[in-house]
Amino acid sequence: MYAQMVKSEATQDDPDMLAAFQARVDAGEKIEPKDWMPAGYRKTLIRQIGQHAHSEIVGQLPEANWIARAPTLERKANLLAKVQDEAGHGLYLYCAVETLGVSRDELTEMLLDGRMKYSSIFNYPTLTWADMGAVGWLVDGAAIMNQVPLQRTSYGPYARSMVRICKEESFHQRQGFHVMMAMVKGSEAQKRMAQDALNRFWYPALMMFGPSDKDSVHSEQSMSWKIKMNTNDELRQKFVDETVPQAEYLGLTIPDEHMKWNEDTGHYDFTEPDWSEFFEVIQGNGPCNVDRIAARQKAWDDGAWVREAMVAHAEKKQSRKSAAE
Amino acid sequence: MSKEWPLWEVFIRGTHGMSHRHVGSLHAADAEHAIRNARDVYTRRNEGVSIWVVETSQIAASSPSEKGPLYDPARDKAYRHPTFFHIPEEVGKM
Amino acid sequence: MNHLLEFLLRQGDNALVLGQRMSEWCGHGPALEEDIALANTALDLIGQTQLWLGYAAEVEGAGRDANDLAFMRDAYDFRNLLMLEVPNADFGRTLMRQFLFDAFQVPWLQALTDSADPRVAEIAAKSVKEAMYHLDRSTSTVIALGDGTAESNGFMQRALDYLWPYAAEVFAEDATDFAMAEVGVAPLPSSLRGQWKKTLQATLQEAHLTMPEGEFAHKGGRIGVRHTEHLGHLLATMQVLPRSYPDASW
Repeated sequence: MYAQMVKSEATQDDPDMLAAFQARVDAGEKIEPKDWMPAGYRKTLIRQIGQHAHSEIVGQLPEANWIARAPTLERKANLLAKVQDEAGHGLYLYCAVETLGVSRDELTEMLLDGRMKYSSIFNYPTLTWADMGAVGWLVDGAAIMNQVPLQRTSYGPYARSMVRICKEESFHQRQGFHVMMAMVKGSEAQKRMAQDALNRFWYPALMMFGPSDKDSVHSEQSMSWKIKMNTNDELRQKFVDETVPQAEYLGLTIPDEHMKWNEDTGHYDFTEPDWSEFFEVIQGNGPCNVDRIAARQKAWDDGAWVREAMVAHAEKKQSRKSAAE
Repeated sequence: MSKEWPLWEVFIRGTHGMSHRHVGSLHAADAEHAIRNARDVYTRRNEGVSIWVVETSQIAASSPSEKGPLYDPARDKAYRHPTFFHIPEEVGKM
Repeated sequence: MNHLLEFLLRQGDNALVLGQRMSEWCGHGPALEEDIALANTALDLIGQTQLWLGYAAEVEGAGRDANDLAFMRDAYDFRNLLMLEVPNADFGRTLMRQFLFDAFQVPWLQALTDSADPRVAEIAAKSVKEAMYHLDRSTSTVIALGDGTAESNGFMQRALDYLWPYAAEVFAEDATDFAMAEVGVAPLPSSLRGQWKKTLQATLQEAHLTMPEGEFAHKGGRIGVRHTEHLGHLLATMQVLPRSYPDASW
């Protein structure tokens, strides 16, 4: 998902403490910043929430690409509000990581120098206005599948930020679907854009859930700690099952000739995405990896004098105030 | 690396007269900047009419190990909760 | 000439062009908190655009709506201030421009709440609350960045020097301004010049910035005679979809 391929860290803590910790998690108690926690739990959370936060921030870019070109004033406002929300979600999540002892500046530097990742989906380009529909419908749709259960995650600050994010995000997927509905009801060119957007975003959206993890030890550890709530395959299947009828409603064709309803399983059968492409994107070889990080780097560098000046002004103000007292 | 803006905790009181409630955190250079940022970050959906901010480092918190002594005494005072009192259905809504 | 229409286009185009510029920041701000704040300003301005241009379209009575006016007019039909169409350049110029605009816009909208035209008064009453917050934020940011470091002071002084020859365009009055004053729709912009100047002096002084000498002001934006080269590019980007697909509905 927004946090793909997060390995859970092995932990070498006192077995009694570990057992007591696990009992708290099993009892549904929330773990709070000052509570004792296994070192592996802390490290895994930093990586997972950090990656989630980075995904929100980098995820602003493909949609911000179309704000200036939104075709009506209403669409412009909707899209801008949505991309602004993503900045807000990144902010909430960075704050959640900060409770684990890593600052936002440190996290930003780890994103920029490649030590931390973000979701593979944001390395794909947005080429037409229909992509604003496809991204909202498919990408936010996939994200919601993962985020709704995370509201029950064991780490208190993470769970609380997910509650806020889910509440705010309820309009995002609808906004995308609404754009898509207008496109399929529109001119021939618009219909073509809509199908093209679905063709390009379908498999990258399936990749968002990460490769199959049903036999993964890491995944098992994260699930017992309740920082991962479902397997990747469960969520992917749920996403496919919900999305296929929506595509039918739109009159669009999912680019998978093997897609069909399976009476026995009660689910759709579908083709797995090309996982070699996924690993290339994760390694930095997606269509937009370099440009995305360059854009974040530029914002960071260009903003340095502003961030610095605000602190300098606050300090001067404080010392003037103390001098006056 | 330049000095990072400190972290602030944000409390907001909504229009319905409830007390200020913790809504989240943010970074800001000082208290005034924090209030403006809180307005922009945490009241985008009309959530509040009054904002408090406090620098996170200034918050004194109870320590987790005291959780038992601090909160257990309240646990057996179920009569503080309205559902403790069973009211027969025929009485109607109360 | 329909002076009321002209007047409404000036209000709407100011909001539209500045809103468009501000929205360019989304995803590129110097800190997440600032990124979100800039987007809020842009959203307010887009909302104001819908109100002003919506009313303008009604007054025009040609069967067009706010979107037609925003997306299907050419540069020579735009009536925004030149200052609002120049590129953002950097955070310093963006905030300095916002401040120079807000410092006029707040008393202007306050005055318009007493307009003889009830629709104008209504739009102004909604917009002025937003503008007051914009002014609060732009003022404190200009002060912080002017006072902050030698580097930031340099950014802000350069921004002020660049924008200064555009800043007073709004006071170059024409027949539309006189006509609106005559019927009580709006005061003469020049009646607010003193107050505007005072706001600037107080803020710039606290920001340790020097107000440039000279009263020269470019004109041509709000009267639609001569825009800068930047407007054409802004419109080419903004209008590309409705222009390229005139039979589409979005």
